[in-house]
Amino acid sequence: MMEESGSVPVLEMRGITKHFPGVVANDNVSFNLLKGEVHALLGENGAGKSTLMKILFGFYPPDAGQVFLNGHAVNLTSPAHAIANGICMIHQHFMLVPTLTVAENVALGLRSSRHPLTDLAAVTKRIQQLSDTFGLQVDPLAYVWQLAVGERQRVEIIKALYRDASILILDEPTAVLTPKEVDDLFQILRQMAEAGRSLIFISHKLHEVMALSDRITVLRNGCVTGEANPCDTSRAKLAQMMVGREVKLAPDKPHTQICEPRLEVKDLVVEGDRKTDAVCGLSFQICGGEVLGVAGVSGNGQRELAEAICGLRKPKTGQIKIDGQSVPSGNAKAAREAGLSYVPEERMRDGAIADFNIFENFILLNHGQKRFCRMGFLRFTPIHQHSRTLIDEYTVKTPNLETPAKNLSGGNIQKLILARELSSDPKVLIAAQPTRGVDIGAAEYIHERLSHQRTNGTATLVISEDLDEVLALSDRIAVMFEGRIMGIVNREEASRERIGLMMAGVDPDSPPADYCPSPE
Amino acid sequence: MNNLKTKMISWTIPSCAVLAALIIGAIMLSALGANPIKGFGTMFASAFGNLDGLASTAVKSIPLLLVGIGICIAFRASVINIGGEGQMVMGALLATIMALAFPGLPAIIFIPLVLLVGLIGGAAWGAIPGALKAYFNVSEILSTIMLNIVAVQFMNFMLRGPLIDPGEIERGTRIPQTARLPEATDLPLLLEGARMHLGFLIAVLAAVAAWILLWRTSLGFRLRSVGLNPAAARYAGIPVKRSIIMALAISGAMAGLAGAILVFGSESHRMVTDGSSTGFTGSAGFNGIVVALFAGLHPLWSIPSALLFGGMLVGANALQRAVQVPSALIIALNGLIVVFVVSSEYFKRRVQTVQTDPKVQKTVSDSDKNQESDNLKD
Repeated sequence: MMEESGSVPVLEMRGITKHFPGVVANDNVSFNLLKGEVHALLGENGAGKSTLMKILFGFYPPDAGQVFLNGHAVNLTSPAHAIANGICMIHQHFMLVPTLTVAENVALGLRSSRHPLTDLAAVTKRIQQLSDTFGLQVDPLAYVWQLAVGERQRVEIIKALYRDASILILDEPTAVLTPKEVDDLFQILRQMAEAGRSLIFISHKLHEVMALSDRITVLRNGCVTGEANPCDTSRAKLAQMMVGREVKLAPDKPHTQICEPRLEVKDLVVEGDRKTDAVCGLSFQICGGEVLGVAGVSGNGQRELAEAICGLRKPKTGQIKIDGQSVPSGNAKAAREAGLSYVPEERMRDGAIADFNIFENFILLNHGQKRFCRMGFLRFTPIHQHSRTLIDEYTVKTPNLETPAKNLSGGNIQKLILARELSSDPKVLIAAQPTRGVDIGAAEYIHERLSHQRTNGTATLVISEDLDEVLALSDRIAVMFEGRIMGIVNREEASRERIGLMMAGVDPDSPPADYCPSPE
Repeated sequence: MNNLKTKMISWTIPSCAVLAALIIGAIMLSALGANPIKGFGTMFASAFGNLDGLASTAVKSIPLLLVGIGICIAFRASVINIGGEGQMVMGALLATIMALAFPGLPAIIFIPLVLLVGLIGGAAWGAIPGALKAYFNVSEILSTIMLNIVAVQFMNFMLRGPLIDPGEIERGTRIPQTARLPEATDLPLLLEGARMHLGFLIAVLAAVAAWILLWRTSLGFRLRSVGLNPAAARYAGIPVKRSIIMALAISGAMAGLAGAILVFGSESHRMVTDGSSTGFTGSAGFNGIVVALFAGLHPLWSIPSALLFGGMLVGANALQRAVQVPSALIIALNGLIVVFVVSSEYFKRRVQTVQTDPKVQKTVSDSDKNQESDNLKD
């Protein structure tokens, strides 16, 4: 039945409409998937990609429209039902049990052939087969907790293959991978497509979509805004379809006068949460008007580095200087007073107080200043004024000043934090994952702001897992791997390949720039 | 409109909880052979039905309200203060010593002075668990409870020894109580012919002050930010440790003030102990938590909340007299209300999240995008 013909799509979603209270998530969306094809679904956060896929996966029924599998109308009522129909979804956050082996994870939830006994030997054998066919290279007997992120993802793919999925939905599968791992993944996915499986690839990364897909469907505000072939479109065109206007993919980088070093970090050793050294003796400096980008897969000490510079984590040894002045370590207040601003990685945990309203979040740092506080009493008129100015300047979209921060979208919360952090015109700015989970429009704006701050003479440290972002913003790029800097390269000399190798711990041309003392 | 709806929900759910508790109370009354309608009628009439009853209710509500205010402040900063009893005792004790030490002062100076000393005593006793939590990560729940015991034993020692009324020693009765405190420290009555004294006014003013503190001052801003998200507060350079100590100290100060008012507003005008903390505080240090929770941790709503629970205490005595049921039943009823109200918080939150989360979030982010593209089109 599967081999019916090439003309009937494996999957067709016709006129799908889905309303949520106050918002149309999908408006008459049509989408089809051919056998052996990789079809990318491109769109910003909230464009309706996940709603469409959740309808396909049986999470909720559409208000209107119909799903066809191999030309037959079906009503998918639950994920189990979808799986039974050969649809599998690989979530961004892996659904694996770390304490079980790969084989056990694959068998989990399936009825054993020797029910009620397990048949792990048979499962192992079949995994080995699949693994060989598609070049997945996973040891079925390894425990999941022992596996690297890329391997875990392959386990998810094996799970789908094992369930004999003919349609595979991949939700932002590259978010956590190194460039090398992305290449490997793409190879596997291509192989699967050639073997006759159909893949839906959800992403907002334009170059990946261009590299992998056979066809691209773009969603915006719940509607299909375009369909394209990667061969006759461009990244700029896709971005325009996604956002509805022209988008600058990289901010203008005017030449700035590099002056004295404003941030100096010397021999910094920081202990991580697991009581092992997460940062092993880093030294670097950033000049005014310069952006140093830190690339690397997360968990290689970037967060500890940022927290140590900001005084949130006391380093074991090392020195941090701002404008030549030594900053007392482990003291967030002192760091701020020395002229440091910080856009934290976890914006809802560190950057904003969810239950505080807009203006309360704006004055989090400077509520003690004379202009906002007299004799211990808050002065609401200037506070409101200040907040309104920032809201206008940074185009934070909010119904009013009393709206709790938790009701804003990710992009607007990030703009709020950025507005607050930049309003003091910092000497040094640390921006960690400044646009993670933020839509393209807001990301573009945030990049422009960071670039603007660079021209104002701020020394900026941008930490990001998004290599494109690092390449777009930085003057120099440092790659972190296991707590060390693999090397610092000038933007002009940096290529994706070179940085990618360094992210994986391979230094293409020189020995490690920093020596990491072995723990005693 | 949404706002109105959430407000309605936040009102109806606790009210239903109280109603449910009263229904169970009624069943208990019936089981004891009393007519529940008559019982509740008596309670209500005695507590709120006449001037005398109202005055008694007001006086009973003073320590509840003050402790409750302190709880509001502590809980807003995410510190759980179960040490109200001990803080009341220490405040009262210090104020009593002060009153006995300077007998000659005029009332206009003396009353503010002893009340202030009571406040300081409670604040100091509250700051100890605060510091332990901030610097040694000791659970304030444990340390405040333990310090209650220390405070009570200290009170027993003081009232049996150094502070005991010399008359008791002469007579050989040795009742653990102080001498009659200087008359200049007697809290003046506010109404002719009713027992309500200055303490009630002070408690109400304290509630207003607490509201101002929490929502109008930079200190309150810091306390609330530490309570809602200590990580973000720390990141913003707010001294989290100091704020925790401050929250417990203020909370203790309110309890200490309550203790002092209890002494100087008492009818015997002495500090007396029966060996337990309850004998002195009437468990206000614990019931104040109930008052605050029932008020949704809002100092101003704590006023009616304290009056309600104060009224129940007054009503309980009347109930015992009128329908011959043990007043312990009211303590049980008190407990029931707490259990119901606190559990109703769960429903309230659930209804509110369903109400706000998906809708508001989606509409805001959506209109955001439309506007953004509109802005940049031209």
